[in-house]
Amino acid sequence: MLAYTLKRIGLAALVAVAVSAVAFLLLRASGDVAVALAGEGASAESVEAIRQAYGLDRPLAVQYFEWVGKTLRGDFGESLYFKTDVLALVADKMPTTAWLALFSLIFALAISLPLGILAALYPNSLVDRLCLTLAVLGQALPNFFSALVLIMVFAVGLHLLPVSGSESWENFVLPSIALGYYVAPPFMRLIRAGMIDVLASDYIRTARAKGLSGASIVLKHALRNALVPVVALAAVQLGLLLGGSVVIETVFALDGLGYLAYQSISHLDLPVTQAVVTLLSLIYVGLTLAADLVNAWLDPRIRIG
Amino acid sequence: MTELAAIDLAALSGPSHGTLLRRRALAHKGLMIGATLLVLIVVLALLAPFIAPEDPYAQDLAQRLIPPVWYDKGSWAHLFGTDNLGRDYLTRIIYGARISLLIGVSVMAISGVIGTSLGLTAGYYGGRVDMAVTFLIAVRLALPLILFALAVVAVIGGSLPVVVLVLGLLKWDRFAVVTRAATQQVRALEYVAAAECTGASNLRIIFGEILPNISPQLFVVATIEAASAILLEAALSFLGLGVQPPVPSWGLMIAEAKNYMFFSFWLIAIPGTALAVLVLAINMVGDGIRDVTAPGGRN
Repeated sequence: MLAYTLKRIGLAALVAVAVSAVAFLLLRASGDVAVALAGEGASAESVEAIRQAYGLDRPLAVQYFEWVGKTLRGDFGESLYFKTDVLALVADKMPTTAWLALFSLIFALAISLPLGILAALYPNSLVDRLCLTLAVLGQALPNFFSALVLIMVFAVGLHLLPVSGSESWENFVLPSIALGYYVAPPFMRLIRAGMIDVLASDYIRTARAKGLSGASIVLKHALRNALVPVVALAAVQLGLLLGGSVVIETVFALDGLGYLAYQSISHLDLPVTQAVVTLLSLIYVGLTLAADLVNAWLDPRIRIG
Repeated sequence: MTELAAIDLAALSGPSHGTLLRRRALAHKGLMIGATLLVLIVVLALLAPFIAPEDPYAQDLAQRLIPPVWYDKGSWAHLFGTDNLGRDYLTRIIYGARISLLIGVSVMAISGVIGTSLGLTAGYYGGRVDMAVTFLIAVRLALPLILFALAVVAVIGGSLPVVVLVLGLLKWDRFAVVTRAATQQVRALEYVAAAECTGASNLRIIFGEILPNISPQLFVVATIEAASAILLEAALSFLGLGVQPPVPSWGLMIAEAKNYMFFSFWLIAIPGTALAVLVLAINMVGDGIRDVTAPGGRN
């Protein structure tokens, strides 16, 4: 386990370095940032002044290493649009997105676990059909569209919840449902397929032969094994969820990292954009690393093979 | 005499592979429904200038925000009503199908070429090449896709070609992952070994033996990628960093209608439904191909 852990951490570190470099270089290379910053119709002199003020006239590699050095010391620079320290800004918005991600994941699992299990227990039944329909719809509906429909029904129509904002827990309900449903379909399919596989296996037949009750077999013996791949999926989906938060937070004007990213991107606020992209990448690398280690711990075949 | 023997043999060996596939495809309800819907949308998009009742860009401020025909105030002159600039909504929906299909197909093509080449190389050669490609995939997966695409489009400036290029250059990961795994499986089979023994070159084995045999999996990935590219373009355009007005992109139409959504929700519901139906049709075709080409042919 130790050898596997060390190898996996080493790989994750390499990926993290590469991702930060790619993100930095591509964002810088995709256009002339100085021209974009100066705005339309700016004179050549003012573009040149901006280029020198932000150090954009130096080679990209120099700029990258300087950025890495500063970042490692906790200095993410100052926001061009909000005129504040980037680190403070990101730290301020972080909890909102963390809560949103948590609630969304809980919502996704809360609908896909019971539905997936029931669908596996009764294949081709009404529950199975419902599960499939929900999964297929969830994959086809654009998440911003389902968010707007939720607003129309629950906020405008029924007056149950606020349309937008981020002041109280009520502001998190609709965004969490929209984002949770967006990431739920793969969970439904995986839990259903996993449970069907496990329920057909020999050790479940043995458990039945021993005379264990149906509930005990399903929840204790089968579910635990069907959940192993769900852990890995949860990590990947959490990454997708953080990306999706850009869209959902913008629709609901929920003041988190995603909304901050959207605002900074629309105003070409490069330091903030850079910080959020890098942060989300690192979180994804950390999540997949954690998922791999948990999986290796749950399933000895992975860490030895 | 010889003719008779040939007929007997054909009867014994049963229907050919192609016939079997066709039979399974025709019996697969989801595939047939999805394919019908998709063909319908493609025909509408191709024939847009002949079918659409008006010009998608023609504004008529006297005819603003007319509701669709199924509302009390609707009229047969504008089946889906008109938008905030008085443009015929049905016309814009029909032309919008062109944008979505164009995005789906071109992003799929670009990412397909990149991902399949990487996957084939990694799966066939293995070793260090495989390690390098796996590393590339890991790096790509760690980049938050929507965020990154938004940022790049913001710096370059939004337009249809830019969106296609950015998404195409970013979305090759699934192609690479699936091709790599499938190539590794096929690589170990006897007919590849046989081709090697006859002295076939690497390229000949890759394109003559491996690629044709993993193509069903690639078709399935292609549908997934096309559908997801369409949804991503819609999201980018919705956020104002994709296709720019006045182009009739469904995502952009939803964004333009946002200010009127409390009183004219159809302006959002119609393009939203159009997106969902198109993506649903593509997904049904993909699921169908997977079922029909699976060994043993699931139903």
